[in-house]
Amino acid sequence: MTFDPADRKRWMGLLARAEAGRLSVLWAAQGLDPEFDWLRRPEIGTAMVRGRAGATGAPFNLGEVTVTRCALKLRDGTVGHAYVQGRDRDKARIAAIVDALMQTGAAEALRAGILDPLAAERDAARTGRAAKADATRVEFFTMVRGED
Amino acid sequence: MYVATKGGERAIDNAHGWLAEERRGDPAVPEISTDQIAGQLSIAVNRVMAEGSLYDPDLAALALKQARGDMIEAIFLVRAYRTTLPRFGASLPVDTGTMECDRRISATFKDVPGGQVLGPTFDYTHRLIDFAHAAGGPVPEAAAGTPDTAPKPHVAAFLNREGLLQDEPGGEDTPPDLTREPLAMPADRPLRLQALARGDEGFILSLAYSTQRGYGKTHPFVGELRIGAVAVEMEIPELGFAIEIADIVLTECETVNQFTGSRTEPAQFTRGYGLVFGQSERKAISMALVDRALRWQELGETATGAPAQDAEFVLYHADNIQASGFLEHIKLPHYVDFQSELELVRKLRAGAAAEAREAAE
Repeated sequence: MTFDPADRKRWMGLLARAEAGRLSVLWAAQGLDPEFDWLRRPEIGTAMVRGRAGATGAPFNLGEVTVTRCALKLRDGTVGHAYVQGRDRDKARIAAIVDALMQTGAAEALRAGILDPLAAERDAARTGRAAKADATRVEFFTMVRGED
Repeated sequence: MYVATKGGERAIDNAHGWLAEERRGDPAVPEISTDQIAGQLSIAVNRVMAEGSLYDPDLAALALKQARGDMIEAIFLVRAYRTTLPRFGASLPVDTGTMECDRRISATFKDVPGGQVLGPTFDYTHRLIDFAHAAGGPVPEAAAGTPDTAPKPHVAAFLNREGLLQDEPGGEDTPPDLTREPLAMPADRPLRLQALARGDEGFILSLAYSTQRGYGKTHPFVGELRIGAVAVEMEIPELGFAIEIADIVLTECETVNQFTGSRTEPAQFTRGYGLVFGQSERKAISMALVDRALRWQELGETATGAPAQDAEFVLYHADNIQASGFLEHIKLPHYVDFQSELELVRKLRAGAAAEAREAAE
C-alpha cells in the first residue's frame, strides 16, 4: 500500500485539530477495533509556539500550546503516529490508529467516514465565521461637500 | 529569615475547607461549568492563556473556576501546570498572513485591500449596562454576508513596497527562551517580545499609555489590528516532515510610528509589534507601543529616561506571577526578622532617651 506523503501531512493535520468528541463519534461509527502494540503511550506535553517580530522578522517564543502524542504499531507492522492539540489521550490514540489504517487497504473507507466529514465541517465552520465577518465589513461612502 | 514552625496544620486544613465552600457559593444556585466559563467568559479565559503562556481554553477555564475568578491566581495555576509537562518541540513561526480573520482593521488606510472588518467588537457599544443579560434568553443569529476566505495581506507590506517602512531584520532560528534561561540584560528584541507577550496586561497597558502621554513618545498609528485563527505547524522528527498540530486564535497589532531619522537611520516609518494569544486587543496594542519604545537604541534615538524605554525596568517588572510572588511573601511569618527589628528600635529609643536625660541634667 503506498500513499502520498503530502496526503499524510494533510490527514494528520486534520486529526490533530479535530474536536475530540467529534473524532470519537466518527471513529466509533467505523466499528473498527484493530489490535496494536504501543510504541509510545499517549503522553501530554506542549509545543512552543513561535511568532515573528513584525510578522516577517526575527522569530520569538510566544507561548506554548498543549499537545498529546503517541505512536503504535498494528499487527501487520504498520506504524501510526499522532501529535494532537489538547490533553485528550483517547483522541491521540484514535488519531494514531487512523494514521496507521490510512496507510492500509482501509484508507478509502476511513477517508469517506472520518477525514472527509472532518474537512467538510472544518470548512463549514470557517466559512460560517467568514460570512459573519463579512457582514461587519465597513462600506465607506464619501459625503459630497460644497455648492454643487 | 524564615523559621520552620509547627502547629498550623489544623487551621490550614480548615481554611482549605472553607475556601472550597466559598468557591462553590450558595448551593441553591447551580454550579458553573468550565464549558460555561470557556464559552461565555472567553475574554477572561484568553487573558489566562496569554499570561499563563499556555494555549488551552479548557485548562484556563478550569483554572479560573478554581481561582474563584482571580486572574493572577488562575495564571499562576496554569504556569505551575505547564512546568510539569514535557516540551515536544517548537513550532515553525506562525504565518499571521494566513490568519482566518474575524476582525481586521487599519487606522492608517481606509481602503485597505481585504477591507475593514469590525468583527465581534465592543468598540461601538454604548457601554451602558444592558439589564437584558440579567434575564438571559435566546440570542438572534448574527448577520452573515458573503464569506471571503482569501488571506488578507498585511497592511505593512503596502508601505514597505515604497520603502517608507523600516524592514524587519531576520534573526536566529532558535530565539532565546526566558522559560529556560533566566532573563538577562541586555535583552534582544525576540526576548523582549516573549516577555511582553506573557506580561501583565495592566502593567503593559499603563506603560503604553505613559508613552502616549509623553514619557518616551513614539507617535504610533495602528497600521493594522487583526484577530483570528492560525494553524500551528511543527516539524515531527520521527516523520521527517511538519504537520499542523493546532489551531489557535491570535490578536496581532502592527503600529507604524513616525520617525524623522537619526544618525544611523533615514526618515521613515518604524514599527512596533504585538502578538497575543486569544482575542486580547488592548494587550496587543499595548505590547506594540512598548515594543516600539524599547527599540530606541537600535534606531539610534536619544533615550529620554522614560520608564517605557528602560528595558530592565519594563522586563523585570512585567511578570505578574514573579511580582505577586515577591509581594505576597511578605505576609508570611517573619517573626524572627521582626523580633530583631523590634529590639533594634527599642534599643535606639532607649539610647535616645538616655541621651536626652543626660543633656537635661
